[in-house]
Amino acid sequence: MISDENNTKEHFARENHKIDTAVIRFVGDSGDGMQLTGTQFSDTAALFGNDVATFPNYPSEIRAPQGSLYGVSGFQVQFGSVEVTTPGDELDLLVAMNPAALKTNLFALKPGGTVIVDTDAFNKKNLEKAKYQNNPLEDDTLNNYRVIKADITALTREGLLDLGLDNKSITRSKNMFTLGMVYFMYNRSLEHSEEFLTKKFKSKPLIAEANIKALRTGYYYAETLELMSSTYVVEPAKMDAGKYRVVMGNDATAWGFMAAAEKAGLELFLGSYPITPATDILHELVKHRHFGIKTFQAEDEIAGIASAIGASFAGSLAITTTSGPGLALKGEAIGLAMIAELPLVIVDVQRGGPSTGLPTKTEQSDLLQAMYGRNGESPVIIVAASTPANCFEFAFEASKLALEHMTPVILLTDGFIANGSAPWKIKSVKDLPEIKHRIVPKGTTEYLAYVRDEDRLARSWALPGTPGLEHRIGGLEKDKVSGCVNQGPENHEYMVNIRAEKVKRVANYIPNIEVEYAQEGDLLVVGWGGTFGNIHAAVKEMNDQGYKVGHAHFNYINPLPKNTAEIFAKYKKIVVCELNLGQLVQLFRSDFQQYEFLQYNKVQGLPFTKSELTQHFKGLL
Amino acid sequence: MENSIKYTFKDFASDQEVRWCPGCDDYVVLRAMQKALPEMGLKKEDVVFISGIGCSSRFPYYMDSYGFHGIHGRAPGIASGVKIANPNLSVWVMTGDGDSTAIGGNHFIHLLRRNLDINIVLFNNEIYGLTKGQFSPTSLLGQKTKSSPYGNTQAPFNIGQLALGANARFFARIPGNEPKTLTEAFIEAEKFKGTALVEVLQNCVIFNDGCFTKYTDKELRDDAQLVVEHGKPMIFGKDKDKGLMLKGFKLEVVTIGENGITEADVLVHDAEEVDLTLHQMLIKLQYPLVTGVIRRVTEVTFEDLEHQLTSKIKTASPVSSVDELFFSGETYDVK
Repeated sequence: MISDENNTKEHFARENHKIDTAVIRFVGDSGDGMQLTGTQFSDTAALFGNDVATFPNYPSEIRAPQGSLYGVSGFQVQFGSVEVTTPGDELDLLVAMNPAALKTNLFALKPGGTVIVDTDAFNKKNLEKAKYQNNPLEDDTLNNYRVIKADITALTREGLLDLGLDNKSITRSKNMFTLGMVYFMYNRSLEHSEEFLTKKFKSKPLIAEANIKALRTGYYYAETLELMSSTYVVEPAKMDAGKYRVVMGNDATAWGFMAAAEKAGLELFLGSYPITPATDILHELVKHRHFGIKTFQAEDEIAGIASAIGASFAGSLAITTTSGPGLALKGEAIGLAMIAELPLVIVDVQRGGPSTGLPTKTEQSDLLQAMYGRNGESPVIIVAASTPANCFEFAFEASKLALEHMTPVILLTDGFIANGSAPWKIKSVKDLPEIKHRIVPKGTTEYLAYVRDEDRLARSWALPGTPGLEHRIGGLEKDKVSGCVNQGPENHEYMVNIRAEKVKRVANYIPNIEVEYAQEGDLLVVGWGGTFGNIHAAVKEMNDQGYKVGHAHFNYINPLPKNTAEIFAKYKKIVVCELNLGQLVQLFRSDFQQYEFLQYNKVQGLPFTKSELTQHFKGLL
Repeated sequence: MENSIKYTFKDFASDQEVRWCPGCDDYVVLRAMQKALPEMGLKKEDVVFISGIGCSSRFPYYMDSYGFHGIHGRAPGIASGVKIANPNLSVWVMTGDGDSTAIGGNHFIHLLRRNLDINIVLFNNEIYGLTKGQFSPTSLLGQKTKSSPYGNTQAPFNIGQLALGANARFFARIPGNEPKTLTEAFIEAEKFKGTALVEVLQNCVIFNDGCFTKYTDKELRDDAQLVVEHGKPMIFGKDKDKGLMLKGFKLEVVTIGENGITEADVLVHDAEEVDLTLHQMLIKLQYPLVTGVIRRVTEVTFEDLEHQLTSKIKTASPVSSVDELFFSGETYDVK
């Protein structure tokens, strides 16, 4: 069935359509390499100049039993010649490597959409595992779709026969065969992926060769395929000029901290314990020890933050990274950093809860834990990133706020933006704002640990090793001047108030919230954190259709921007959309009792879709 | 870290009033530390005391050095962060039996395992003092306390045994009523490169008074304690006539001059023996109780391994700044 390049030019009518955006989902067993396949496709699209947004969706089992419904791993990408802020709702193309993948994902394919299936995988055993009574390739299951059936496993095997590889390694290349087919369908070059494979398997040239050959074979196979009656062109998007790269949210977070440390002239210290979906931040930072970055994989979550507090006391930009369960464990230590008034950034890459919950799925249900999950009066600054790319910006901003205000900052991201990727217009450290840490100037001879500056109410920072400034601090209530233990009633009340006031005053140092689209009108849609892309796309669509809807998206949660109440006053209705049962809306209801807040919530471990949002908003108008 | 400034113990006393119970051994430890520090050749500003929660954890407030009073059990984590961030500092963890072997047990064993150059002083009084008298992980079976009025049913840890199980390289056990011995042990702990654990047998006058009397009482101690010294025979007793010998797999107390036993037959203490077996046997002995520096085995520290690795990576790295990293690799231009 495989022919070489020279005689594949069979002549049949094939249309090449120009489209604005396309949504593709690659789905297979958790060992099928779907994440790699999807990443390759989206990187290639980005390098071509498309705007892209991705959504990896995988099970918490590493290698779930083959062919099982719960072992299905998927990677969705939307790419376009226009602005792309979501991985897309409905699929244009579904690539299903087995029956379980088809069964669990077919619902997302738009009517008339294309599905590519590996017919070899639709055997009796796999059909049973996917709980199909009949083979969906033979009954009417796929009647509404364009189906491209290819015996991918057999074709890959055939194509790689002469390489002398073992069967397993050959079969494992079938994802590259499939990727080759999809590249053909969307008129993409193989160049980037070939380079990638050569590099990835540098020490195993035979495996590299097999993968590249599979990729090419798939590409040429698609070319011969009459079923592939249409191919598509998605032109480069119009984006701000500049140098770009594709980043995942977690990597962008790590880089934001690196930039902040360099800008502040401090060493970066990360104390952390592995937890999904936050661990990639540790994985990234650990690579860069030559920049003076110290990472410490601790024995547990508490030791992770304790070591960061120690490093902060000693003068580092100190970070700890975790997810919801880890934030719960760190609560007492956050209180310690808060009362000691040390700079510290705690990253919570939120996932589905409670308890272990849905470790690999997204949710926004840690907001109230971040606000209130500590004993005593212990407010901290809370900021939230809203896209994979601005994880960079908010990691930087969280560091800046911690260092300039001498207090812990919780940075909330979530599994969706942490694992999602998007183009990032690279920022040079020299173009970032200054960070003025509060380390006492050289030559200071006297030090009173809790004397504050008038504006920020931040104390200054004297580091161990500095002669003459020896002092003791800790978790007991401190004297308002010296920092020595003082449990007197007036002193305690003063300190509780001033620590709260210090966090409130951060509002003077953060930007006002800006509403996009309708600046006043019938409906204000409010979101925060990682739901930006979908809400933005939904509100844009409604405005295109003539509705007067505004979108306010909060990156600063505590304190809130100073103009928050002002913008609420300009709309007839306000709806707060969150991937929880309504947490930010609770804060609003207590702070802004003059307004009525509607809420729209989803807790399925999945992001919002544009269509469910627009449908809901239209119902409110 | 040679230092020209000559300190006295007063230089390390803070202006804070010491608030332990009158007669507490903690006062002895405090004074012993204040006397030890001027002998260590450190600069005052390079000394950091870190503690958790408990009576002993108030210690940093009384030292005129840098200090951090943390949260219950977590001092090893905080201390590790301080030491990793600034390896030039002399970092001390001041802790107790509850702080280190109950709530902070996990951190305690991992600090020992990693072998950071940190000193731990563990005040073992076999009781919870600050919460007013509950049994701790080192309280004896049957011990009557406020939370075990009919007798403790939880078998105790032996601190040294636990520490060596976690691969402690330096372990000393010192009576809390011997200021001079304590001072010497602290100096030796500071000299040691790696995690050094000094267990202080500390009497709690209020809730567990006399818990170590049978070993530490001036009348009894010569017969009840075997003070080991590296390279010296393990001889004890008022008349210096008792010693330890290995019989089969067990240690046995023998009397020199009886049954033809001479001083030459007595075991010589080797604190630097890598094999843990004999050290563990010494630690477990109930009579006599072995005190002094039982184990002192130098191995590479965590900081040194980290430093070596960083130097290696630095040499091999193609990028030298964060900006260079951001702009290298798979970037593309949008015009």
